[in-house]
Amino acid sequence: MSDITKQSLSELIKNIKDKKLSSTEVTKAFVERSEKSKELNVYVTEDFSAAIDKAKKFDENPNLDLKLPGIPMAVKDLFCTKNIKTTAGSKILNNFIPTYESTVTQNIWNEGAILLGKLNCDEFAMGSSNETSFFGNVQNPIDKDLVPGGSSGGSSSAVAAQLTPITIGTDTGGSIRQPASFTGTVGLKPTYGSCSRYGIVAFASSLDQAGPMAQNVRDCALLHEVISSYDEKDSTSIDFKRNNYVQELTNNIKGKKIGIPKEYRVDGMPKEIEDLWKKGIDYVKDCGAEIIDISLPHTNYALPTYYIVAPAEASSNLARYDGVKYGFRADGENLIDMYEKTRSEGFGAEVQRRIMIGTYVLSSGYYDAYYLKAQKVRKLIKNDFDEAYKKVDAILTPSTPSSAFKIGEKTNDPVSMYLNDIFTVPVNLAGLPGISIPAGHDAKGYPLGLQIIGKAFDEQNILNIAYAMEEKINFKNKITDWWIK
Amino acid sequence: MSKDKPEYLINRKDNQYEVVIGLEVHAQVTSESKLFSTSSTKFGAEPNTQVSLVDAAFPGMLPVINEFCVKQAIKTGIGLKAKINKRSVFDRKNYFYADLPQGYQISQFKDPIVGEGKVILDMPDGQKEVGIERLHLEQDAGKSIHDLDPKNTFVDLNRSGVALMEIVSKPDLRSPEEVNAYVKKLRSIMRYLGTCDGNMQEGSLRADVNVSVRRKGTKEFGTRCEIKNVNSIKFMQMAIEYEANRQVDLIEDGQSIDQETRLFDTKKNETRSMRSKEDAHDYRYFPDPDLLPLEVSDDFIEKLKLEIPELPDEKKKRFIEKFKLSPYEATILVSDNETSNYFENVIKKSDVKLATNWIIGELFAALNEKNLEITESPISAGNLSKLINLIKDGTISGKIAKTVFEHMMEGDKDPKKIVEEKGLKQESDPKALEALIDKVIDDNREKATEYKSGKVKLFGFFVGQVMKVSGGKANPQLVNEILKKKL
Repeated sequence: MSDITKQSLSELIKNIKDKKLSSTEVTKAFVERSEKSKELNVYVTEDFSAAIDKAKKFDENPNLDLKLPGIPMAVKDLFCTKNIKTTAGSKILNNFIPTYESTVTQNIWNEGAILLGKLNCDEFAMGSSNETSFFGNVQNPIDKDLVPGGSSGGSSSAVAAQLTPITIGTDTGGSIRQPASFTGTVGLKPTYGSCSRYGIVAFASSLDQAGPMAQNVRDCALLHEVISSYDEKDSTSIDFKRNNYVQELTNNIKGKKIGIPKEYRVDGMPKEIEDLWKKGIDYVKDCGAEIIDISLPHTNYALPTYYIVAPAEASSNLARYDGVKYGFRADGENLIDMYEKTRSEGFGAEVQRRIMIGTYVLSSGYYDAYYLKAQKVRKLIKNDFDEAYKKVDAILTPSTPSSAFKIGEKTNDPVSMYLNDIFTVPVNLAGLPGISIPAGHDAKGYPLGLQIIGKAFDEQNILNIAYAMEEKINFKNKITDWWIK
Repeated sequence: MSKDKPEYLINRKDNQYEVVIGLEVHAQVTSESKLFSTSSTKFGAEPNTQVSLVDAAFPGMLPVINEFCVKQAIKTGIGLKAKINKRSVFDRKNYFYADLPQGYQISQFKDPIVGEGKVILDMPDGQKEVGIERLHLEQDAGKSIHDLDPKNTFVDLNRSGVALMEIVSKPDLRSPEEVNAYVKKLRSIMRYLGTCDGNMQEGSLRADVNVSVRRKGTKEFGTRCEIKNVNSIKFMQMAIEYEANRQVDLIEDGQSIDQETRLFDTKKNETRSMRSKEDAHDYRYFPDPDLLPLEVSDDFIEKLKLEIPELPDEKKKRFIEKFKLSPYEATILVSDNETSNYFENVIKKSDVKLATNWIIGELFAALNEKNLEITESPISAGNLSKLINLIKDGTISGKIAKTVFEHMMEGDKDPKKIVEEKGLKQESDPKALEALIDKVIDDNREKATEYKSGKVKLFGFFVGQVMKVSGGKANPQLVNEILKKKL
């Protein structure tokens, strides 16, 4: 079958179960396409020959009852993988090989999937364009020199370019949903506490959440079902009853109440985004859902709040990269000198900027004005959602304020880069689930995404709405394989 | 406080200074595993053999609270008669050091697990109450070893992540003696509870000592200096004496005292400046986002209360009331659980008064001489009890008992056997004694005549002679009676 890599996850699984395809054939197909796609720079570490070996082994005695039987899959390089280099996109971890496996990836391997390699991302997941990675920027398969979004840019690019049937990313302020939106793919940020953070290189602990990225909603639901689990090794993991998300997936959303928050009509929002949003409203109406205007009054404060809380936590989380125990070390005259050189050379500019911001907002004398106030505002933002959910079942917004931008376009303007997260950060601050689905194209033919935000632990509901909308939208990604010579 | 109490004051020319001391005691929680990981806490292991990925702060590793350590902290709080906070928060204390793998210590800052409490000190002149400000849980750091190599520092992470209780006193202490009594009492309470072994040699108990001085009679506190990480009571006392005198000298000299952190040099017996207030770290405390606030229910606390044993203060009261001990005797016997257990085992089958005297007197002296703990005593409670009964029933005299005791210290032998084997049994047969006495009188005819003619002082001479002839074994009471009749 020549079009193996064009198949969705669900198709691949069916073909493997029906013995029409072997895991080896599927794995080889994705490896071959990945080999031809070096220009996209999605891989930090390739594990192709081991993947083919594992596929062969799977085929010798295939367990077809598993949820991901012999499915090859690349993952974001923020997940620690046993005996496979894990860099978090940073020089400081360029030589780091974990002796342990993250819970989320372990869940995936337990269901029969096979690691293809580790995918590029912004350094320590800090970025919205994958340009902060020590391993260089990633190309968006949509168009040359276009960013794939970030921080899960390697992941979004790899799924869109069909180098992996599905993948996982992490989302601290939009790092799954924004790149999904930029590449015409589906990305789900689950409820905080749904997926274990154990073994994921931490950025901002109270916001970080792993989630699935796929070509369609069904695949996304299946992968979410696999990765979401209660884990005693993560004290913030929540023990709630998890659905069989695929089995319960339905396009029947009749009578669902969908909220449209007026505060998301931000100044200077491009007409294309406004139109997309209107189209989205029409789609859900078509599906029999009810549209209700709502207010999330503190939306304006979400971005500044996020850019205090996330750097504060990051400044502390990244203190462990000090050259003493593992990772990169620069020689120094003494301990302090070694620290300074290691961290100056080991971290890139954006990471250093956020460590500085975080250190500042936690400093004595500034803590109350920044960090404490940000925590209070965070509570207000959460209260906004709680109020809204008394009236509605889910909320529909654009995923991003624009389509993908050019590489280098925003690198010298951090604030304009941060503005990319304007629709996604409130969801992280409130710990809610949010999904981005491709919903249309802008004038340049670049994909645009819509975001559906749900109640906590109500992933099933937003998956269903996304599933129903997907059917109506009938989105087709315009990818020309321009990078394949 | 009574006025005639002996006060610890520092005298200079016309001025008298009072010393104000507050202690931050770091007590290692007795537990099998660390505060946020499952690594062992056993002391003395090879370097870096008790280190988990969490302890070494590997990427993506997360802390998970050890419930047992929480219970230990709450029990200690109950023992300190303190308020248990049903909701407490773990914070990160951020600073860089080679033996701090995370780059922060997980501690409790604003919301500790235990609030205000108190400790009662038994001072020679009466009781004194010392306030407890708070108790919080925190991780220990690793150990930097600077003396193994001229150029490199080695780091041992075995201690990294071990649970500590930081117990902060109010500035209620006024002398090195009170500090001595306070630390000992604290240690005693924790040992009773089994929450900290109090072993200072192994670093299970250390203290930061805050010292300030003020002119006697003033209400305001002086500027304090903090002496870091002092690891024996003796050093605490020495450091306080040195530091208080240093501060007084500065004031007398018209200088002011800088608030600073100091180190005690045990070799030179002096404190030295470590860092000034301006150089103090900004620890950037904030709630650890990897850990939810710690919430405990009333039920959880009530269940722990049921596990609290009788503590030294209550035991002392019981000993005084039930066994009619003096406060002094009771204080000594309850100072640690092992001693009071020993005492109670001895008196199960023997006389309380004698037992008290023998334990506090002979036994403590002998153990002290051999540098042994009560738990290592060669004489079991049962055998001491037997010895006391031999005295009580007249089998041996108190004097002979001391000889038997010495034999017992050499190895745990049954005192009855020692008495039999060595022929130390007291002679209480009146006929045998009469014969003995007759012989003594016969041998000292002249003195007997003198006695009869009124020189009653000679009675002692005859008693002495009888005892001598009997090899000390004659029952002194019977000897007295018979001698009186015969003379």
